[in-house]
Amino acid sequence: MKPRGKISLWIMGFIAGIINGLCGSGGGTILVPSLVFLSKVRDHHAHATAIAVILPLTVISSFIYAKSGIIDMNITIKVTIGTVIGAYIGSKMLNKLPINILRKLFGIFMIIAAIRMVIK
Amino acid sequence: MIEILTGLAAGIIGGMGIGGGTILIPALVFFIKVTQQIAQSINLISFIPAASLAVYIHYKNGNIEKDMLIPLIISGVIGAIVGSISAVKLDPSLLKKIFSGFLFIMGTYEIFSKKPVKKP
Repeated sequence: MKPRGKISLWIMGFIAGIINGLCGSGGGTILVPSLVFLSKVRDHHAHATAIAVILPLTVISSFIYAKSGIIDMNITIKVTIGTVIGAYIGSKMLNKLPINILRKLFGIFMIIAAIRMVIK
Repeated sequence: MIEILTGLAAGIIGGMGIGGGTILIPALVFFIKVTQQIAQSINLISFIPAASLAVYIHYKNGNIEKDMLIPLIISGVIGAIVGSISAVKLDPSLLKKIFSGFLFIMGTYEIFSKKPVKKP
């Protein structure tokens, strides 16, 4: 790997860590395209590498949140049961649905949610 | 039950590679009425079990770019510490505004991105 490529990895990791810790999500979402475009990693490998990076960061962030008393184990367990089953169903539906249309639809939902969170 | 259903819906969407965990956080804030910080904490922790399994499978299939992990994880951990400490200390309404900005960008990204990519 070229030295310049290495510096960009350090910067990418740092930014992904800050976003993931500050916003409680999204570190992987920015890491995947960064790896694909800046480091020329193949798509599939970029996803795999991003999860392998975000997992330890998420463990550390969770620990910091929990230590500050920002934790609700009762809701977390219930939600996690849902997300684990949901993620399995979602991955099985991946090739059976018009994902690109859904992606745009949920993109619009996210923008509406973002606006509603600020204007109440 | 609403907690499990919210997780299930967000898990299905995330499993299809849309929005990652970013979509669970506003869902928790709107439907379960938790604070922004708690919603982020729930999203972080709920990511760990499924992500651990994903990393294990990707590792076995040789999809992880191992030589990139060290710079990404070391700088990522520093970023995660900075981001998480900021998140737990910030005023909840300010954090909500920061998150909304992030969600807005993510929504825009989903609308314009073309490939069905899977993100954590």
